[in-house]
Amino acid sequence: MSTGHTHKLYRHGSSPVHRLPAHCKIVAVFAFVLVVVATPRAAVWAFGGYALLLVAVAVAARVPPGFWLRRMLIEVPFVAFAVLLPFVAEGPRVEWLGLSLSESGLWSAWNVLAKGTLGVAASVLLAATTEIRELLLGLERLGLPPLLVQIAAFMIRYLDVVADELRRMRIARASRGFTARGPRQWAVLAKSAGALFVRSYERGERVHLAMLSRGYTGTMPVIDRLTAGTAQWAGAAALPLAALVLCLLGWLL
Amino acid sequence: MTSNPSPDVPGPSPDVPGRRPSLEVSGLAYAYPDGHQALFGVDLTVRPGERVAVLGPNGAGKTTLVLHLNGILTAGAGRVVVGGLPVARENLAEIRRRVGLVFQDPDDQLFMPTVREDVAFGPAAAGLRGTALEERVTEALELVGLADCADRPPHHLSYGQRRRVAVATVLASRPEILVLDEPSSNLDPTARRELADILRGLGTTVLMVTHDLPYALELCPRAVILSEGVVAADGPTADLLSDEPLLRRHRLELPYGFDPRSVPLPRP
Repeated sequence: MSTGHTHKLYRHGSSPVHRLPAHCKIVAVFAFVLVVVATPRAAVWAFGGYALLLVAVAVAARVPPGFWLRRMLIEVPFVAFAVLLPFVAEGPRVEWLGLSLSESGLWSAWNVLAKGTLGVAASVLLAATTEIRELLLGLERLGLPPLLVQIAAFMIRYLDVVADELRRMRIARASRGFTARGPRQWAVLAKSAGALFVRSYERGERVHLAMLSRGYTGTMPVIDRLTAGTAQWAGAAALPLAALVLCLLGWLL
Repeated sequence: MTSNPSPDVPGPSPDVPGRRPSLEVSGLAYAYPDGHQALFGVDLTVRPGERVAVLGPNGAGKTTLVLHLNGILTAGAGRVVVGGLPVARENLAEIRRRVGLVFQDPDDQLFMPTVREDVAFGPAAAGLRGTALEERVTEALELVGLADCADRPPHHLSYGQRRRVAVATVLASRPEILVLDEPSSNLDPTARRELADILRGLGTTVLMVTHDLPYALELCPRAVILSEGVVAADGPTADLLSDEPLLRRHRLELPYGFDPRSVPLPRP
């Protein structure tokens, strides 16, 4: 992290969770999220159980709680809507601290919050224990169209290059006395955005030339192929299977 | 400068490796689709193991020439032959393996997430897999002294390191000829010297396009001046650089205080 050599979502480590092949982890997290979403919202204890399962994974992966929780803040804008539900929903109402809240709205808000948070928590753990490159390899292994994987890979490779270009343009603007104060300066900013687009487009052309020069014919050669043994699949399956048991209990009890 | 094919142009004659020229350009002319003509009949032969500098001012057609060598651009007239194989549509895959093109901006050249994958790209595109591929990658990275950077993303390397990785990415395909476009641009003096040491040590045929005249003198015993789309001069680098009127005619200038007669000559 501090070395700046990896993405800031990733936390370098060599725990058993880090060592699992990426495609196993992607499948496990996806299955876990499906199970969570399929759980009846009234089975509150089941959600507690899911949270404990994730804590167990985090402990095994040696992801510190602060690191994990801070990165979960990404969820906040998306659940703001859930907070509104108790106020706007119909049906019988309950009094709480002088506020009149809808009972069904409260349940809906809980449903969205609990399931959303668990999904984000699981995804953050996945990102914290898997390098982006491996995530892409995993997605490719799982049959995501290679073109989409290539686009994502190029985006990651050139994000820093483009950001650097943008930074240089900003410095060049500022050096000539430009400050963005209001709508009057928007024209300048819009032109900068246009220039950045043209530069990036031209870079794309040069990169394509470089690829052709090294024998690119339309498909990326497969250099690394992820493989997983039964033991690794079993290890990855532990999380969704344990969650499935809780989910079934939630429906039965 | 004759436009007739020289008698040793391969064709039906047997391929003798090591004897045929690494690169033969004859009568190469090219006009861009917008009508701007960049090359007016370029003739250039490079023998195996030679290091040749292509000197010329901006706009002389240097980059256009380079893009013909591996068939990115197709000649309007004339021909390019690499190690006995003519540059033609049906040979493109092999031509691009034989001609290792190193672009000026390493960020254009290095497009994969890690150094290792980038170096593996060329050989993998040619069908190499598994341990053979790994060996190629290690071999190429060792040649440029960066074997320990294999798993780093290219954008976290220094500029000089990136340039060296760019060289490794084409060395991994074991090219017949290494073509470098402005190899010394943006390098600090140390990185510049390190790259020179590496290039000298390779023993590969090198064609180096540059307007960095001292660098050309340091590395290349022979140089050609490309000016207005033709080869205007061809000879020992030291002789060309000592001919001040010639340089001036082609908008080339030595840096202040640099005297090509006062420096040790490059080893051929």
